[in-house]
Amino acid sequence: MGNVYTIFKRDVRSYFSSPIAYVVIGLFLAVTGIFFYLMLTSFLQYSYAAMMQRQNVPLNVNLMMIRPFLLNTCVIVLFMIPMITMRSFSEDKKSGTMELLLTSPLTNWQIILGKFFATYFLYVVMILVTFLFMIFLFIWGKPQLMPVLIGYLGLLLMGAALVALGNFISSLTENQIVAAVGTFAGTMFLWVIGFAADFAGKIFGPFFGYISIVQHFEDFSKGVFDTSHLVFYVSLTFLMLFCTYQSVESSKWRG
Amino acid sequence: MIEVKNLVKHYGSVRAVDDISFTVEKGEILGFLGPNAAGKTTTMRIITGFMPASSGTVTVAGFDVFDQGIEVKKRIGYLPENPPLYADMRVVDYLRFVAAIKGVDKNTIDVEVHRVAERMSINDVLEKHISKLSKGYKQRVGFAQALLNNPPVLVLDEPTVGLDPKQIIEVRELIKSLAHEHTVILSTHILPEVSMTCSRVVIINDGKVVAMDTPDNLTARLKGSESILLEVEGAIQDVQNELEKTPNVLSVAIQPLAIPETAQYVVESTVGFDIRKELAARIVKNGWGLLEMKTSGLSLEEIFLRLTTKEEEVN
Repeated sequence: MGNVYTIFKRDVRSYFSSPIAYVVIGLFLAVTGIFFYLMLTSFLQYSYAAMMQRQNVPLNVNLMMIRPFLLNTCVIVLFMIPMITMRSFSEDKKSGTMELLLTSPLTNWQIILGKFFATYFLYVVMILVTFLFMIFLFIWGKPQLMPVLIGYLGLLLMGAALVALGNFISSLTENQIVAAVGTFAGTMFLWVIGFAADFAGKIFGPFFGYISIVQHFEDFSKGVFDTSHLVFYVSLTFLMLFCTYQSVESSKWRG
Repeated sequence: MIEVKNLVKHYGSVRAVDDISFTVEKGEILGFLGPNAAGKTTTMRIITGFMPASSGTVTVAGFDVFDQGIEVKKRIGYLPENPPLYADMRVVDYLRFVAAIKGVDKNTIDVEVHRVAERMSINDVLEKHISKLSKGYKQRVGFAQALLNNPPVLVLDEPTVGLDPKQIIEVRELIKSLAHEHTVILSTHILPEVSMTCSRVVIINDGKVVAMDTPDNLTARLKGSESILLEVEGAIQDVQNELEKTPNVLSVAIQPLAIPETAQYVVESTVGFDIRKELAARIVKNGWGLLEMKTSGLSLEEIFLRLTTKEEEVN
């Protein structure tokens, strides 16, 4: 465990001492911020219109503001993941430090988990910073807290699976660009397959729907916690970590 | 300390390492000599547990590299061909990190880092970022990393590459001084380095061991005959006849010089006979001028070339 933490600490430091972490988090905040602003403006217009019609019940902030925002964020995340994970293994492979790690008294799992948690840490920080937007809503509105927390839990669980996917693809190549493009293709595939589900017929339709990473998030965005989605995200995370292990192990044999 | 038995490594259909066996005793410095792509790096990578062998075994301090990899890795300090450095870290942070993953106790990490920094004289760059260092300093930081946690075995892949002549001498001295407490395997294609630092040499070519001995024995063994270089002033034909008549002379080769009546002669003689006295006496007796005489032993360089080219002829 100490070794996992040592690797984790080094990688996190390297992300935060280089511009990478700040560029990624800044870009993410900017994009989600714009969407938040646009959604808030239209939400205010709706509530203003509703007020003019003398409706006494205020509009539901959770349903009309937070849910679409979370769904939106979930898609933006798909674009951010490649930037977070592209360096993870590729950088070490390229600079030869992988040789140092693999000839040190560490197990492959310690290396993989250390690197996974480091990239995941960057992801978690990035997600949690958007919680600032929610604080504004809580100050000037009365949303329910639980659905918001469940929505964020969903983002964190989905992120774990995607970060693990990115780590796996990064472990396949020593070229960061290839890693980023490959991960991007992976996240897009897991998103777009959901659209295909509608046209794929009775057999493949539900299957495509099931592997679509975004469809599992929809319940979370409503504030519904369903263990089947939890199982999906957690198993995908483990599957990807297992693939990473195989990749690291086989790269030794290939030399 | 290190035992390599029938080591084979394939890359696809290429046999990078082909049935190599050798042992290294405690405290020895073993030089690994061979042309580029001879299988030096591959062999070292297998010993350090970076990659597994296709077949054969390696044991370090009694532990099998494949089955007890972690135990072996604890006992090896490894300097790969390109020093494995994180460019974005400060030297001191990098060394602390490596010390931590090598299992140095938390409380003694700083002591250990300063010990190796002292040894490699990189004290003055500890606070610098690695990306800002010169090639020589990078190499030394890589070397320092290998010394962390004081491993009993050091595996150094071309440790003097990229250093200036002064640093090369320093590193060689350092390697020699390490031999007292460490067992060292170093690879190089620089020949004088081997004769200067190593107690034993393994010459490999095309993945096979072509020779293994001490540098001195290697030189002696390969001297099939002794050759003497002479420069004599006198009628060339007469001199040649006289030289060939001398007992134990096998052959005489002539290299005329620009000055008339003067030539260089390379005289090959049977091993174990010193014919210099006899040659000198004969030349003087005939009234010729003996301008120069020296034995030309084979240098390690020539031996190396002979061994590695002989191999090609067989193929």
